[in-house]
Amino acid sequence: MTSWLLLAEAGAPEGGLFDLDATLPLMVIQVVLLTFILNGLFFRPIGKTVEDREGYISTSRADAKQKLAQVERLEAQLTEQLRGARQQSQQLITEAEQEVDRLYREALAMAQAEANTVREKSRQEIEIQKAAATQSLQVEADRLSNLIVDRLLASR
Amino acid sequence: MVSLSFPFHIAELEVGQHLYWQIGHLNLHGQVFISSWVVIGALLTLIVLGTRKMERDPKGVQNLLEFLWDYIRDLAREQIGEKAYRDWLPFIGTLFLFIFVCNWGGALVPWKLVKLPSGELGAPTADINTTVAMALLVSLSYFYAGLSRKGLRYFEYYVEPTPIMLPFKIIEDFTKPLSLSFRLFGNILADELVVGVLAFLVPVIVPLPAMFLGLFTSAIQALIFATLAANYIGEAVHEEHH
Repeated sequence: MTSWLLLAEAGAPEGGLFDLDATLPLMVIQVVLLTFILNGLFFRPIGKTVEDREGYISTSRADAKQKLAQVERLEAQLTEQLRGARQQSQQLITEAEQEVDRLYREALAMAQAEANTVREKSRQEIEIQKAAATQSLQVEADRLSNLIVDRLLASR
Repeated sequence: MVSLSFPFHIAELEVGQHLYWQIGHLNLHGQVFISSWVVIGALLTLIVLGTRKMERDPKGVQNLLEFLWDYIRDLAREQIGEKAYRDWLPFIGTLFLFIFVCNWGGALVPWKLVKLPSGELGAPTADINTTVAMALLVSLSYFYAGLSRKGLRYFEYYVEPTPIMLPFKIIEDFTKPLSLSFRLFGNILADELVVGVLAFLVPVIVPLPAMFLGLFTSAIQALIFATLAANYIGEAVHEEHH
């Protein structure tokens, strides 16, 4: 390698700061080649990854927004339904209460009516017995008074 | 060709010495090709390592490469515009990465360990041929971009606001590549010379601030070259809305 370099150096011209030579076109070719190599190895694959990711993020974000809106709608719907169900249950409760009240009153009325009838019956019975007793007493009283009168009359 | 040497030979400084290779009757600056192949090899190794198994959740080298790609894409998109930047992204990115690794490789790699028979290894961009080559490529590409997108209407650009601008725009076509090449060449060569002279005078510690400054400015030069290249291309494909 060194000898080849020395050989190459053998017919070398004087150097200088602004020494433009065949390095120029070869450098141009080198940079152009490098552009194509970097494009294939770096810009295209990394570009694809970054842009895929950006697309994925934006679609996921759009998806997530949509899902969020859907969830909110469902939530509103369910609260609505819940409210309706509660109202309905309230209604049923009041109806049941009223029903119970009515039944109670009916039973009470019925019992009272029955009690009244029984009382009436026994009062009547008592009346009858009283009447019978009064009658028998009257008869006894009559008899006794007749007896008294007889005795009185008899003793004179 | 200048050569200074101290009495007890701590360091030498020479400018303009090249390692000549000959192909036929053409001369090449061998040292430029050797150092550029080394830095390109390092760059390609990094890229191959980073793109081997691409994951949706990047980490390590892939993360770094994606960050670079994003950075270059923003640069190209801002200068060239949404419609055409995709086609020119690889070229602008290559310019940026190549100049960046050349400059930093020239500053950080211990080239002096390899002794060449003539001249020495350094940053490939410290050679006028490299920078002029890239500047000419930029010139060609903005012409190509303008002509391929607009056809012969591209030449309306020369008389755009008023026809008085014509001579200035023609001169611009020469000054653009000239300034691009000399800006980069001058910055990198000057940094090498400053560090060389400082090391020649006080070899330890003192050159360090200049070396750090050199890293910073050479990175910025890579960015400037790529941005200007993108700007010229963007200007060429730009549709005027009046």
